[in-house]
Amino acid sequence: MSSVLFDVPGPRARLRHRLYAVLAVAVLVGVVGFVIFRFAESGQFDGRKWTWIQYEKVQLDLLGALMNTLKAFGAGAVLALLFGAIFAAGQLSDHKVIRVPSMLVVELFRAVPLVVLIFVFHYGLSLGAPFYSVVLGLTLYNGSVLAEVFRAGVLSLPRGQSEAAYAVGMRKTQVMNYVLLPQAVRAMLPAIISQLVVLLKDTALGFLITYDELLDFARDIGSYFEFGRPLIPVTIVVAVIYISMCLLLTWLATYLEKRSRRDKKVVELEKKPAEDVVAAAV
Amino acid sequence: MDVLLDNLDLYGPGFLNTVELFLISAVGSLVLGTILAMLRVAPVPVMRAMGATYVTLVRNTPLTLVFFFFALAFPLLEIVSADTFGGSAASYYFSAALMALTLYTSAFVCEVVRSGINTVPVGQAEASRALGLTFGQMLTSVVLPQATRAVVPPMVSTMIALLKNTTIAAGFSVFQAGSISANLSERGENQLIGLLWVAVFFIVLVIPMTLLQRSLEKRWSIAR
Repeated sequence: MSSVLFDVPGPRARLRHRLYAVLAVAVLVGVVGFVIFRFAESGQFDGRKWTWIQYEKVQLDLLGALMNTLKAFGAGAVLALLFGAIFAAGQLSDHKVIRVPSMLVVELFRAVPLVVLIFVFHYGLSLGAPFYSVVLGLTLYNGSVLAEVFRAGVLSLPRGQSEAAYAVGMRKTQVMNYVLLPQAVRAMLPAIISQLVVLLKDTALGFLITYDELLDFARDIGSYFEFGRPLIPVTIVVAVIYISMCLLLTWLATYLEKRSRRDKKVVELEKKPAEDVVAAAV
Repeated sequence: MDVLLDNLDLYGPGFLNTVELFLISAVGSLVLGTILAMLRVAPVPVMRAMGATYVTLVRNTPLTLVFFFFALAFPLLEIVSADTFGGSAASYYFSAALMALTLYTSAFVCEVVRSGINTVPVGQAEASRALGLTFGQMLTSVVLPQATRAVVPPMVSTMIALLKNTTIAAGFSVFQAGSISANLSERGENQLIGLLWVAVFFIVLVIPMTLLQRSLEKRWSIAR
């Protein structure tokens, strides 16, 4: 392997690297071993702390909590994509009356923390069921980020695309709908999906306003004395569920990226589509 | 305005704690993230795999879950005695928030640093070796200056995200900007206005950072 930082290793460097590898594995085994040891020592692997998982009622609750998480994700994703499309179009508008307010809205919702947004809807405006506040917050925040993603995608298409479309006599709307948007969306698909991963992760914020999703379930089960307060076992289970859901989405993004790289129909973007938008998926 | 002025004793410490949380975990995650990035570009495959596994796991975990773990589950393990964190519950939750924010953000910092190093073409290193520069000279005068320029704008984005993420601590008994509204409601103040002031505070902090990032991006973009 040749990289900017390291030359291709020779025989002595390879020997040294092997030594480093052994040391790294030793450190890793030490740390992970210590954590598992502490888990076992403090009784987290005791049978009693895991019995909860056998009860049908608890399993159904877990399923219900998972469904609630997915419900918030589904509603939030659809609405955020819509919001993003509308405001991206607004930001790209030729009319100042539309462009400036859209930009302000997008900047505003990107600057305010999602937690504060959700609190405003739940405690400030008392929207009632936590579900609405969660979905509305997810929509506005992720929708604004998606608007930036769409906009960056359209702007980084080669100029010839729209020039050619105008040359064959298309109107502005037609150019956008038939030529620019389909290509931009395709090129930005990985970025869009990684934003959806963020949206999925952020559903866990519903926990803060007692929306009964996965994390809320974890707290409930974790406080049962009958099961020996299995906070750590239940956290492990919930973490596995979250991580596998997000990994599935991430893999979808990587798969699409690889496929679009093979596909000749995908237009190479001229400049890198606004790195900050893509990197901000935190 | 009244809500803000009448409750300055809430807003002041609240915002101060937010800034404190942000600064400490920013430094922490920059350090840890850079170490992780070094692991991810190391010539030893095992180290690369370790870095990659950490980043993959953490990037796909909700931050709220990380907070949840450190605030509620971590104490049960008794890995460190409670006194290490200053004894009181408040100081424990503050340290828990710091740990959660640092561990979570460092995965993203790592990705930014790594992609920054990757933007430097291998030819640059080869050329500097051809000129007879030592490894240290190559790193300090060829690779790192170029990598830094590519890294700074997305790093500012990551830090903005960290600043906004500090509000999650409100749900875990840490008193900061996000928890002002709950305290206001105890005083019978209007929560909506109270929250809007919190939002204004974040806008005031975030917009300059965004502007800084845009100007850096324009000024520092490398012509290749």
